[in-house]
Amino acid sequence: MTSNHSTTNIVIAGLGGQGIITASDILAETAFRAGFDVKKSELHGMSQRGGSVTSDVRFGERVLSPMVPAGETDVLLVLEPTQIEMNRPLLRADGVLLTTDVIPPGALKNKKSLNVAMLGALSSVLEIDEAHWLEAIHAHLAAKLHRLNDEAFALGRRSAQTD
Amino acid sequence: MKADLSNPPRQLLSGDDAVALAALHAGTALGIGYPGTPSTEILETFDRLDGRAQWSPNEKTALEVGIGVAFAGARALVTMKHVGLNVAADPLFTAAYTDVDGGLIIVSADDPGMASSQNEQDNRHYARAAGLPMLEPVDSQQAYDFTWLGFELSERWKIPVLLRLTTRVCHSLTPVLPRAPITPKAADFRRDVPARVMIPAFAKPAHHRLRTKLAEIAAWNEAEGPLHIEMGNQALGIISTGISAMHAREAAPEASHLSFGLTYPLPIERIRAWATQFERVLVVEEGDPMLVEELRAAGISVESKTERFRFSELDVARVRRIITGDDSEEPAPPQGKPPELCPGCSHRTVFHALRELDCIVAGDIGCYTLGVLPPFSAMDTCVCMGASITTGLGLRHALPEAQARRVVSVIGDSTFVHSGLTGLAEMAYNPPPTGHLVIILDNETTAMTGQQEHPGTGRSLDHSRAARMDFVAVGQAMGIKHVELIDEAAKDVDLKACIAECLARDETALIIVRQPCVLAAPKIRLYEKTAAAATSETS
Repeated sequence: MTSNHSTTNIVIAGLGGQGIITASDILAETAFRAGFDVKKSELHGMSQRGGSVTSDVRFGERVLSPMVPAGETDVLLVLEPTQIEMNRPLLRADGVLLTTDVIPPGALKNKKSLNVAMLGALSSVLEIDEAHWLEAIHAHLAAKLHRLNDEAFALGRRSAQTD
Repeated sequence: MKADLSNPPRQLLSGDDAVALAALHAGTALGIGYPGTPSTEILETFDRLDGRAQWSPNEKTALEVGIGVAFAGARALVTMKHVGLNVAADPLFTAAYTDVDGGLIIVSADDPGMASSQNEQDNRHYARAAGLPMLEPVDSQQAYDFTWLGFELSERWKIPVLLRLTTRVCHSLTPVLPRAPITPKAADFRRDVPARVMIPAFAKPAHHRLRTKLAEIAAWNEAEGPLHIEMGNQALGIISTGISAMHAREAAPEASHLSFGLTYPLPIERIRAWATQFERVLVVEEGDPMLVEELRAAGISVESKTERFRFSELDVARVRRIITGDDSEEPAPPQGKPPELCPGCSHRTVFHALRELDCIVAGDIGCYTLGVLPPFSAMDTCVCMGASITTGLGLRHALPEAQARRVVSVIGDSTFVHSGLTGLAEMAYNPPPTGHLVIILDNETTAMTGQQEHPGTGRSLDHSRAARMDFVAVGQAMGIKHVELIDEAAKDVDLKACIAECLARDETALIIVRQPCVLAAPKIRLYEKTAAAATSETS
């Protein structure tokens, strides 16, 4: 099982309605713009009705399966505290868990941009140029939301770096 | 998902979006289907790309329209989820005998693991049963390429082609490099009675023609069909198709791998020749052990997964187990928060009333199937689209009177149009002695699959205005004794009393409870405003 050392595995978890899929779309787009092979996978449908949602994003030189094998997640990003324990087994032994604790209480202007703020936190542990992140955010969100989300991204990135 | 699809080159697309983009580039005249996870996004994207896309009342009508387009010499893409192909099976099996002039692709989006379905049937069986070529992509690039190839094969052999996707191919984003679009040939009617009119005199030779076509397609598959080989060691050769091929290559990078795209009819001699090189040859396939049985029937010695792996979808961990022969109990998947009816959902009121009245509820397919879960626990059956009405009738016919009186059928608006109309005719025609009550939960959208339009909403796939089916008039015209519309505007109506009254009578009754889906309501207001503005401009 040595072929995957060059693949980075990210899992984003939360509840339906939190923008998990938008966040993973942006992450996949960011890695794609940075020149990596990328695959992203999740289940739609029933899971939208307020239930648990996880989305897998994998990138590297060559990605095969679109799903992150359990126990091989490099970074687990959880947007909802109740979903942490359930998803913890997905992490590899030395994997990084990022939860909403990284965002200082009250610092986020609009809680709808929590997903992008958490991507900001994620960006501090991945080596991808910040410009690709911002391009991907702008490509996936309506123009009127750009400023709010740019700020949320910067907040998450700054908070995680000083954590 | 919101990537700019109109602007090549390489882009990150879902399998569904890739099929839509290829359909556009290949000059598809019409995309038509019925919404169903995981296939829904294909037609939504095709519409967004300015392709001509339509929601049909159900998969049978969609396929029949598609057959007509292909008879006219134009390309048609018909989309559905796996269980939708059961509904479309009647035209499917006979369309196989006909000659199509324009390419006809039927997308079957299977859902192994049942992320959002009532069963995990393996639609590879349909290819063999109907005698139709089947293409199975491993990722979005192949979904794109095989849509092109499907049209080419369909037109070369004048045969409909099945494009089988699975949930992980439909919904995974992977890179796609598109090719240059073509201009489609003009539609033109060519009279060909023996190839299009399936009476026995013409159908008998048509069946022979079909088998000849399949033999020729098999020969093409042997010579130049899409096939991917990665050579590793000689100890283990793995044969796989669809998404399983990706799991297998990751699970066993040291092994040798063979996967192929046209999975019916099989390139059996190519597989046989390849398989001779290895000490062990293993078939890795999701769902039923179909490929392994076909290879063994052809005398190719292959190992199979154990019965445990017939169930649910495969992943890298499960394929590792298949390779090592580990048949021990698998770790239980994490139990997340289950889905539930949204706060403010109009279905909540109905299920509260049904529970308080201790009804026996024959349910159907849609968001409201969640009425089976606590706190409502108000659903007793759910089988397939439309079965609420007819299963409820069966219960009424057989149960002792006291129980029969408690039976109610609940069905959504989109599901009613899809498969409830004939059930309602059955109810009027063969009423049980205690009568029966059907409740249409009309939330004015196909909510479960992501708020698509249908003939009952009065709007087309692109949300512009269309004819609107009047459920009250339908009930009356069918001969239902009591028909009542309870609109959200009429807040003072006591729904529970209304249901109780219907249950007390020995007559047939239809109640339509109309309140827009809370998620769709703001969009519906916007569509209506846009449509009204368009109407006033043209008048």
